Amino acid sequence: MNTPLRRVGMAMMVMIILLLGNATWVQVINADEWRKNPYNRRVLLDEYARKRGLITVADGTVIADVKETTDRLRYLRTYNNGPVYAPVTGYLSVTYGTSGMERAENDLLNGSDDRLFARRVSALITGRDPVGGNVQLTLDSKVQQVAYDQLTAKGFTGSVVAIKPDTGEILAMVSTPSYDPNRLASHDGTEQQTAWKELTAKGNGNPLINRATQGLYPPGSTYKVVVAAAALADGKTKDSQYTAAGTINLPGTSNAPFPNFNGQPCGGGQTASMELALAKSCNTAFGEMAAQVGKSKLTTQSNKFGFNDSDLQVPLAVETSTLGAIQDEAALYQSGIGQRDVRVTPLQNAMVAATIANGGKRMQPYLVSKVLGPDLKPIDETEPDQVDTAMSTANANVLRDMMIQSELNTGGEGRLSNVQVASKTGTAEHGEKASENKPHAWYIAFAPAQKPEIAIAVIVEDGGDRGLGATGGKVAAPIGRAVMNAYLAGR
Amino acid sequence: MGSPVPVGEGSPGASVATSTSPGLRAPTRRGTELVMLAFAAGLVTLALILVELNQERSLSLRILYLGLAYLGLFACAHLAVRRWAPYADPAILPCVALLNGLGLVVIHRIDLALEGTVFPDGSTWDPVAFKQVIWTAIGLLLFAATLKFLSDHRTLARFGYTFGLVGLVALMLPGVLPGFIAPEINGAKIWLRIGPLSIQPGEFAKILLMVFFAAFLVSKRDLFTTAGRRFLGMDLPRARDLGPLFAAWGVTVAVMVLQKDLGSSLLFFGIVLVLLYVATERAAWVVLGLGLFTGGAIIAWKLFTHVQQRVANWQDPISRYDLIGGGYQISQSLFGLATGGIGGAGLGAGRPEMIPEANTDFITAVIGEELGFVGFAALLLIYMIFALRGLRSAIAVRDSFGKLLGGGLAFAVCFQVFIVVGGVTKLIPMTGITAPFLSYGGSSLLANYILVALLLRISAAARAPQRAPKPKPQQPAIADQHTVMVERPK
Repeated sequence: MNTPLRRVGMAMMVMIILLLGNATWVQVINADEWRKNPYNRRVLLDEYARKRGLITVADGTVIADVKETTDRLRYLRTYNNGPVYAPVTGYLSVTYGTSGMERAENDLLNGSDDRLFARRVSALITGRDPVGGNVQLTLDSKVQQVAYDQLTAKGFTGSVVAIKPDTGEILAMVSTPSYDPNRLASHDGTEQQTAWKELTAKGNGNPLINRATQGLYPPGSTYKVVVAAAALADGKTKDSQYTAAGTINLPGTSNAPFPNFNGQPCGGGQTASMELALAKSCNTAFGEMAAQVGKSKLTTQSNKFGFNDSDLQVPLAVETSTLGAIQDEAALYQSGIGQRDVRVTPLQNAMVAATIANGGKRMQPYLVSKVLGPDLKPIDETEPDQVDTAMSTANANVLRDMMIQSELNTGGEGRLSNVQVASKTGTAEHGEKASENKPHAWYIAFAPAQKPEIAIAVIVEDGGDRGLGATGGKVAAPIGRAVMNAYLAGR
Repeated sequence: MGSPVPVGEGSPGASVATSTSPGLRAPTRRGTELVMLAFAAGLVTLALILVELNQERSLSLRILYLGLAYLGLFACAHLAVRRWAPYADPAILPCVALLNGLGLVVIHRIDLALEGTVFPDGSTWDPVAFKQVIWTAIGLLLFAATLKFLSDHRTLARFGYTFGLVGLVALMLPGVLPGFIAPEINGAKIWLRIGPLSIQPGEFAKILLMVFFAAFLVSKRDLFTTAGRRFLGMDLPRARDLGPLFAAWGVTVAVMVLQKDLGSSLLFFGIVLVLLYVATERAAWVVLGLGLFTGGAIIAWKLFTHVQQRVANWQDPISRYDLIGGGYQISQSLFGLATGGIGGAGLGAGRPEMIPEANTDFITAVIGEELGFVGFAALLLIYMIFALRGLRSAIAVRDSFGKLLGGGLAFAVCFQVFIVVGGVTKLIPMTGITAPFLSYGGSSLLANYILVALLLRISAAARAPQRAPKPKPQQPAIADQHTVMVERPK
């Protein structure tokens, strides 16, 4: 009987080896597939059980905090002044995941970032729980608050982005309607669900979208500064002459009018200078200008300002601003005034203003100024980075001067009395039947014009409180001026 | 070890000190066993400390007492072995102690995690670790009693048919008894409820039936190889010789299948197949058995929806994640194992309570999650050492019944581990069976302690020095013998 018994022994060993082999497959070789399965909440719960890092603004005010709790998740994420900062901080929800900075800097905040490696090892040895690193933002709390208050005071849907031109630091990033991320971070599952349902319900204005980075809008007349930059680069000057007609027919068509605002001619003469056309925002002149520059040079100029950059992260992911296909000359005319298929994010438009303000040098915009260890010692600092030269300094100065004229021609309230501002407004039509749709009101600007310290872009969707009669000057400009004033006054 | 200790093998008068043949005197290795037991107790205490720390409970001297109490329990078991089976294999009991201790720690760990949980039906989690400690104590008592009263395993062979009958009745009892005594739990009707206790007679029936099969096969062994017809190149025994065996086998497996106890039926089928193979030394039986199994499995799959469910859950647990009776459990097990990875989350630091039945059928997944692949592999190797030591004893023992029973018992443990761990790690469909010595459950633990006692008894018989053969009367060479006058009868 011993021979069969030995064979049984072999069979037993084979069974154990099969089990060991399968365990190796499940736990080692193929482990990632199971570990990263969306149904597997273990990894997520582990991250939540760690003390997450804080998010602070430039002056050190904590906007995302942690509080120790007695429940299973151990730490509750709390947001101070939640709705003001929600577009930037995003939310951290056990059920609904993360967004915004909570997602972009997740590894650092939850302590698994490689830059925290040494600290993790020491935590392993000392037996302490690993702790997340802290993120310090470039946001200026006062500017952010004013921007938020300005948009919400009249219940506007829109966005404000402010950038420091010489560094690219983002001073404010607001999107309205906003939301309170505390509700999504709640450890009460029902509270999370109720909040989520409310925030994603139709008709509530999509508060979870950060319009500053995710909203794509036709830039309208604000795009004229890019066209002007392309024309200047092409050898034109501020005195180059363009048609002053109140209405022209789009090239290649017999009955497709291309009018100025209210069909008025551009000044008193047959032709108008580039400076006058920009100050009065004449569509016919800029259609002609775009056509003269041509699609290729216009695209190049736009890209130098940051269009078509699909990798842009601040570190929030930013939607790509584009010019559209521009298939014929008519499309080129329309694109020249920021209509047709031109689409930009508010952040992109703020970059345009900031680049002109910075003498044509485009700085990489960024939100994270410093990364700090759990012990608040800095472990990484963002250095300002020039990514492109969009214009020569001379041309930038010419464009700046023209934008100063534009500001002088712009109405609206809240003009800054003691500071010179360079700006451009926009009133962007959108939708199928433009005449029936309330236009988006735009305002891009920087100040002080001679030594810019802040550049901004403001958009108010669907005319704000002015409806069909809205213009960039009436609706968006007062907000932009208040934001710039808040920053300049607080220096 | 110098004190006179009675030796097994039914020679109460002999003792180690007075053994007649010093050259054959084998070391008992009881000291080795004690050291290994202490090591196991140390490991288990350490495991308990880790769990308490990671669950953020304050450490107290209580843990030390628990560790000592555990060591004390197994020291008693050790003394029982020392007294009643001094030549037993020294590695088996420490393996069992470690498995049992680890099981207790994990059961306690799941208790801590689920403490205060209110289930949808309004009931709260009922801590079970203490109950399992009581079961362990009873199990060790049963273990000692088996060693004391069964001084020679061959005695069992005499009661083969009785055991077989009792085993069958015990197996069927829950199936035929009304629901208030034999409730259906988790879809299987295999429990008997007596007062506050629930027992699974099937666990004991398994051992009784194994004794029967071993005894039967040994008694009829010669017939299998001689009489009968040749069929397909194989000598088939006569039907009347094998009839009782096939009847009992068929009935057992059928009952288990009808009780929806798939794991047990698979286990038992395999055990009898191996007994048949070892007894007849014919591999053809294995081929035939595997054929039968394939056929049976296909029929079961066609007939029973719960079999189809298990197979579908095995093929793709994620796609059936949200279904009732779907892939949630096996998915959670795999999530835990994968998240544990190589090193594991640490005892008490994972989230194994997310796996339903974490302290019974899926207890090995808990160990895989918290001790990682390293701990999981170590666990499997402990089982392997245990089973192989048992098998070695079977090979070394001198009587056929001992060989067959020992081999069967050792294989039973290993095969059960294969079925449950294979199910937990998605190597084979999950069939629902306990992990020997680890899982929460009194009947399984008690039955397994009897199994260990039998294995130790057989190993003691194998390792004990043989009694010296009786000296033959000294006779002078034939040439030197006196001539004897034989008188003719008158």
